Amino acid sequence: MSLNDTAAALPAANGGTLPIGGLLPSSLPLRFSAAALLWFAASGVTALWPDAADAQEWERTGEFASLLVVAAGLLVLTALLAAAIHPAPRSRLESAIAGLSASVPWLIALALGVTGWEILTAKLNLLPRPFFVPPQALLEVYLDDWPRLLDCFAASLTLLATGYTVGSVLGVVTGVAIGWSRAVGYWVHPVLRLIGPLPATAWLPIAFFAFPTSWSASVFLIALASGVPVTVLTWSGVAGVNSAYYDIARTLGASPRFLVLKVAVPAAMPHVFVGLFMGLGASFAVLVVAEMLGVKSGVGWYLQWAQGWAAYGNMYAALLVMALVCSGLVTLLFRVRDRLLAWQKGMLKW
Amino acid sequence: MVALENTDTVGQSAGMTIDVQTVSHSFELHGAPLPVLDGVELRVEPGELVALLGPSGCGKSTLLRLVAGLEPPSRGRILADGRPITGPDPSRVVVFQDPTLYPWRTVRDNVALGLEARGLLRSQGHRIDKALALVGLAGFEKAYPHQLSGGMSQRAALARALVNDPRLLILDEPLGKLDSLTRLAMQSELVDLWRNTGFTGLLVTHDIEEALFMATRVIVFSGRPARIKADLSVDRPYPRHRGDPVLTELRHRILELLGLAETW
Ligand SMILES: Nc1ncnc2c1ncn2[C@@H]1O[C@H](COP(=O)(O)OP(=O)(O)O)[C@@H](O)[C@H]1O
Ligand SMILES: [Mg+2]
Repeated sequence: MSLNDTAAALPAANGGTLPIGGLLPSSLPLRFSAAALLWFAASGVTALWPDAADAQEWERTGEFASLLVVAAGLLVLTALLAAAIHPAPRSRLESAIAGLSASVPWLIALALGVTGWEILTAKLNLLPRPFFVPPQALLEVYLDDWPRLLDCFAASLTLLATGYTVGSVLGVVTGVAIGWSRAVGYWVHPVLRLIGPLPATAWLPIAFFAFPTSWSASVFLIALASGVPVTVLTWSGVAGVNSAYYDIARTLGASPRFLVLKVAVPAAMPHVFVGLFMGLGASFAVLVVAEMLGVKSGVGWYLQWAQGWAAYGNMYAALLVMALVCSGLVTLLFRVRDRLLAWQKGMLKW
Repeated sequence: MVALENTDTVGQSAGMTIDVQTVSHSFELHGAPLPVLDGVELRVEPGELVALLGPSGCGKSTLLRLVAGLEPPSRGRILADGRPITGPDPSRVVVFQDPTLYPWRTVRDNVALGLEARGLLRSQGHRIDKALALVGLAGFEKAYPHQLSGGMSQRAALARALVNDPRLLILDEPLGKLDSLTRLAMQSELVDLWRNTGFTGLLVTHDIEEALFMATRVIVFSGRPARIKADLSVDRPYPRHRGDPVLTELRHRILELLGLAETW
């Protein structure tokens, strides 16, 4: 089949998972085959085209080509399955495969992108080195440097989890206290207004000097970065609670403790989650900076170390994993929110 | 709904006596006092269902909030069974015009609110299902408020009140936001509930017909600051008929008192 066939078939691609029993486009196996073909081509280019003569020969080229063949093979398998289930999916697996058809354009674009990347770097050496490396250089890092990468990610996640948990918990408690108590509001509000807008990284020099270890200083900075938005949003959530909710609970015999924990906090939850999302983003930023400047471990340190040695392959490899981890954490927070705030209607889907 | 065959624990309570003694109340508005209630004197006997009528903004809701104990009156005092009211109490429960169900709780958990707040959930939890059945919401325990219609929400709010066996049920325009068909149906249901249980009822409404169809007495207030203009006994047996000529006559009198007789 030719590329033109695929292009013609693409506009018909339907999004999302087809319901069981829903009609399947007859071109589906062809589309998966087209994608498979392109992944085979990417593999062929990587394995058979010799690396540019005026530059180094890259390691792990064979392994990378094999990986591409595996991807292509999986797509062939999918195409065969898609052909077998025509015309309509009858099981969960079949409808999942049908749903994959929406990803075909992405699968094709990725194959083309990898091929182009491979050609521009390893094969023709058109991009300035050492800033640009071929994809197999990333694979090389994952295969050879994974213990150190794993250590760094473990260190970063520990630091992030500690700082973010401390910041979130303190933020919720402070926010509720300001929203609830006039006296607390009187004293804390001006302080919050003054230091809240200050970027947490501005405290970096003082923090590393004032705390016994750079690790505890970093926990403080991350807690500050995540705590401020959580505090402000929790506070605004509590302040905005419909006063009739309190009236109802009071006439039914609720204690002040009940009013805080069972009325104010759940009512403010949608706001609290906005703060938690903002805090998570801020804590990523502070985490990397703190690791670069102070902690000398973790992903931030790894990135800087890689740059110092001009090991750009290591840097891209770390960045890729970092993107996946950060995105995964945001997704996780969305899942938690969806579960806790299932009572809300019209929620944003991530 | 309603018909209580056995002596159910939900919805059996002796009514409460409420004694409003020369109560005046004012709010602060733009730095100046805004008088809202002016020497209100009102005694409600156990088991009565008293309707409060008056121009919008005259102070009816304010009076109800004082009786509920949500605010103390500026002057005068209110006695519940002879003891001064110092704060809210689960024996005096309010149902507002807005159902104000907690959106994060299911219908069942909303109805459970009072029991939970008083730590009675474990021992008295079985009353929740009875209260839900009483208002015709059996089967909707797991629904969230946004999944209910206006009438169903108000029934849930009613169940949330009734599960506590209130001796005084304070109703602040409870049917005001419902469509007219639902409203007529719920008027009868509320009367049946009240007749079957025996609580004292205080009902604010802006619907004269509703007041006459439901109440044993109708109190007519003046404009703000609210003063009692008339205290009319509605001495008709239940179930009442909307076309009852005695009620029609009373309706005319009330319209006159409210200065709306020319619309008759
Ligand atoms: N918390 C408050 N602060 C200031 N003014 C209030 C407050 N609550 C009610 N009022 C005023 O008191 C008057 C009576 O209100 P309300 O009792 O709600 O009237 P209604 O008879 O319509 O129920 C209105 O003019 C209202 O604006
Ligand atoms: Mg009112």
